[in-house]
Amino acid sequence: MSSSTTRRGDRVRSPRRDPGSADARPPVRRSLFSRLLGVQPIGWLFGAPYLVFAIVVFAYPLVFAIYMSFFDYFFSAPGVEVDKPFVGLDNYVAVLTDPAVLQSFGNVLVFLVINVPLTVVLSIVLAAALNKVVHLRTFLRVSYYVPYVTASVALVGVWLFLFGGGGLVNNVLGPLAPDPSWLVNPALAMPTIALFVTWKQLGFYILLYLAALQNVPQELYESASTDGAGPIRSFFSVTVPGVRQATVLVLMLSTIIGANLFTEPYLLTGGGGPNGASASPVLIMYQRGIQQGHPGFAAALGIILTIAVLIVALLQRRFAGGREE
Amino acid sequence: MSRTSTKLSRTQTVLRGVVLGAGAILFLFPFYYMVIGSLQLTPDTSVAGAFPSPDNITTANYEAINSRINLFAGLINSGIFTGGVVLCTVVFGVLAGYALAILKWRGRGVTFALVLLVQVVPFQLLMIPLYVLIARNYGLSDNYLGMILPFAINSTAVLVFRQYFLQLPRELFDAARIDGAGELTLLRRVALPLVRPAIVTAVLLTFIGPWNEFLWPFLITKDAAMQPLAVSLANYVTNVAASTANPYGSVLAGAVVLAAPVVILFIVFQRYFVSTDVGSAVKG
Repeated sequence: MSSSTTRRGDRVRSPRRDPGSADARPPVRRSLFSRLLGVQPIGWLFGAPYLVFAIVVFAYPLVFAIYMSFFDYFFSAPGVEVDKPFVGLDNYVAVLTDPAVLQSFGNVLVFLVINVPLTVVLSIVLAAALNKVVHLRTFLRVSYYVPYVTASVALVGVWLFLFGGGGLVNNVLGPLAPDPSWLVNPALAMPTIALFVTWKQLGFYILLYLAALQNVPQELYESASTDGAGPIRSFFSVTVPGVRQATVLVLMLSTIIGANLFTEPYLLTGGGGPNGASASPVLIMYQRGIQQGHPGFAAALGIILTIAVLIVALLQRRFAGGREE
Repeated sequence: MSRTSTKLSRTQTVLRGVVLGAGAILFLFPFYYMVIGSLQLTPDTSVAGAFPSPDNITTANYEAINSRINLFAGLINSGIFTGGVVLCTVVFGVLAGYALAILKWRGRGVTFALVLLVQVVPFQLLMIPLYVLIARNYGLSDNYLGMILPFAINSTAVLVFRQYFLQLPRELFDAARIDGAGELTLLRRVALPLVRPAIVTAVLLTFIGPWNEFLWPFLITKDAAMQPLAVSLANYVTNVAASTANPYGSVLAGAVVLAAPVVILFIVFQRYFVSTDVGSAVKG
């Protein structure tokens, strides 16, 4: 099925099918373009819209972000030239010595420590259970996916109602209700956000695990049960190792999504409150970069955040996925 | 199988059902509470308030929020934004996916590497430069084009379509080419009909993103008449809600209007949310 057989087939068979002009041209065109653009230069045409957009909304902004982070950049009206001096690493120094930024990284750490293990454990257990269920399968699947397909903004409205000072959750807890309440309590604001995001995103990870479970050979379960393994033993000896690739993916994705948190601290805790206890780096990027007009600072923060996340994701991949292959 | 093991598996099944059922109720409860809360005349946060009571039901909250933010206009803006993103994602994604999977051209490897790279860089890093470029330099704030532009290409979609096209038998394409079909005809007449279910899945999955997207349209739209519903509702939550008679009721009414289209669409088309499709989407 290599290209040479195709070409030979072309030459032998097409004259028989339609002799004349059609088959006379391709070899000529091929010799003209193929060295420069490949066997099928139309691939460029098909890929062109993607490539153009990738340059306009990805490559150029990426370079611009790096450029901006080295300048004292500020906004000006189109066409107006304002002096934007080169400041070297000043923005990076400012970011790394800013107490609010450091606090936000600490907050993300709290978030990840709660959200990531909870996500991995709950999604793998629920997916394994859902995979075996026969009755009400559709209903159960839909129930778990529905928070994932719904807008954060809409769900935040309900959580504000549920977890507010006099909300249903506190009424159910009665004397056990925390004071100050969940979202205005410095110690509980970030954990509550972590819980919200876990609930909202879990359906997606269940979906990933369900896909991975289809590839675990049934014979492994059979031989495990022949060897006398109970359901819990076979879960840990067959299911968990069998979906390791998915686990690496879930770890990495939940870390990346967690590190880029914005909507939840912005809305659920009214802009990262109380006192910055739930501020995320992206929220600070918005506040400093756009609200207060220091895009250079925000760009530097974005680059530091991205590098930090990449390092964590690579470490996860190395330590969670390395042993298998 | 021995009798003890069947008995064991029976208790297991029941236990599994109970755990899954309880989990499902926990997952669905906030949605139920959203609807209940949006219909309450005065907010009742007691346990009894979680059950509908006939003398505390009203549609006033929907009227209240509709008088402050135009729900219909918000839905239209969300629809245009989402429609534009879905259209671009599918058209550009199919073309690029086809070129990467089926066609042989110089630069294919580099393009594929670029697709993977785009996936790695989070949008939040590009948020500031994109804001400077699109809002300040190109003057596209409060403009549908400005909203759609950063989401016009979706590298995940390119990878999904590439994966689907790769699964089609090569002989099919070779045969059609021998019959003199051009690549565009091949794509339209041979490849696309074969991957139609995959396209439905991709459309549904892409729909969720922009409909629920908050950060970018929030940055780029300041004019209330241009804001998608998620943005105007969020602004209502942060700025206006406190000054209304029943703030929670009106916020929840807005939340129901924002959530309903996607939830209904999802329930109707839920069989297209096949785990294998999404799995291949993310794994590339």
